[in-house]
Amino acid sequence: MKIDWAALGSVFGVSLVVTVALVALFTLGITGLSRRERAAAQGQSAALAVTGAYACFAACAAAVGYGIYLIMA
Amino acid sequence: MESFSLILAIVVVTALAFDFTNGFHDTANAMATTISTGALKPKVAVAMSAVLNLVGAFLSVEVANTISKGLVDEAGIRPEVIFAALVGAILWNLLTWLVGLPSSSSHALMGGLIGATVASAGFGAVHGDVLVTKVLIPAIAAPLVAGLAAMLATRLTYRMGRNADGKASEKGYRAGQIASAGLVSLAHGTNDAQKTMGIITLALVAGGTLAPDSDPPMWVILSAGVAIALGTYLGGWRIIRTMGKGLTDLQPQQGFAAQTSAATVILASSHLGFSLSTTHSVSGSVMGAGLGRKGGVVRWSTATRMFVAWGLTLPAAALVAALAEWVCGFGDWGTAVVAVFLVASSAAIWKISRREVIDHTNVNDHEGPDAEPSGVVTQAMAAVTPPPAGTVTEEFAATIPAPNDPASPARTTV
Repeated sequence: MKIDWAALGSVFGVSLVVTVALVALFTLGITGLSRRERAAAQGQSAALAVTGAYACFAACAAAVGYGIYLIMA
Repeated sequence: MESFSLILAIVVVTALAFDFTNGFHDTANAMATTISTGALKPKVAVAMSAVLNLVGAFLSVEVANTISKGLVDEAGIRPEVIFAALVGAILWNLLTWLVGLPSSSSHALMGGLIGATVASAGFGAVHGDVLVTKVLIPAIAAPLVAGLAAMLATRLTYRMGRNADGKASEKGYRAGQIASAGLVSLAHGTNDAQKTMGIITLALVAGGTLAPDSDPPMWVILSAGVAIALGTYLGGWRIIRTMGKGLTDLQPQQGFAAQTSAATVILASSHLGFSLSTTHSVSGSVMGAGLGRKGGVVRWSTATRMFVAWGLTLPAAALVAALAEWVCGFGDWGTAVVAVFLVASSAAIWKISRREVIDHTNVNDHEGPDAEPSGVVTQAMAAVTPPPAGTVTEEFAATIPAPNDPASPARTTV
């Protein structure tokens, strides 16, 4: 019996890294947006945080796009 | 349409029925977390999942050929064998739905195929090593991988996001959950609808209607896609409730982490050539997310019932399929008896399910076993550290003879 440990290991590694990275990015984005909310409440702007947030969301969207590409491939 | 023998027509109809049960059995995988955290209204969630399943069915025909190949010798396959296999798989799917337990539809199908093949051609026709590599190891690995990833992701998102609050974060987590749930639905459509296409194609080849090695015809793709989408839209609310509320209580952050982990594991595994069951991945990630939040609890009694169901899926479906194949062996009236039995028992299961209706209106009220004696079990869980990946070989060897053994190793992990 031949068990493909390498494939299993890479599934393990890739899943862990990608999940944690994606969730981290997304949480960063959310933190950025909620900073804007607070800044707006005090009449300030938080341009940097918002730009960063949208960059994070763009990266997440790219990951989803790559996922769809994988499904179609 | 080509000329059809009666048995072939029966097989096609039964395969579509299986596809339908597959759809409503697995709605929970994609949508349970989204529904239980309130990110989408139940009806909207299942509708979205159904559409994505349908779309997914048309995206590729790669998987359609793989289910039949490898596990059993195609030489022993007659349409009756496939019919018996489907009977086993459908009945197991309906039974687990009745008790509200998520279990892998693919395992049920494989179990059915194995049982029917053994009854028709003997044990020699089943490839035991393929069984271990394609069924047993994935069943243990999937919840581990997905659970660990979801647990770490949950911890992280709570720690990083402790400054995030208000409308923005609420809306954000909602959108994130919907996106990853959509991805799971799409992947489910490509994978599971194609399994049915593969089965129908196999039956057509076995019945001599199609040349060997042909791609599924268009009407097969279309009907399989529609059947799974209809099943998904109907919604297996019982399983959704178990998955979304029964295993643990999910907050939006956890739902997002769980669904993202599940989507990643499913895509990574199918792309890297070590296919993992969607159901197992999602259940694992839900439990991982439950463990990842401070004060979060996993209801181990529900989880244990689920693990037992996983262990039983393959042998139970195989047993029913073997019986069905044996009865079919008596000739046309035997096949008729099996067909009547299938319809009658499906009707009976549906009738029993009406005693306590669970639908989109009450899918989120879980009067769950909160008073269960969780102390002992939970402590035992905590005491057992997750085994390193290297020891998995010995452990699953121990699970083969006793699949319903409550001390199944998967339970000690995550």
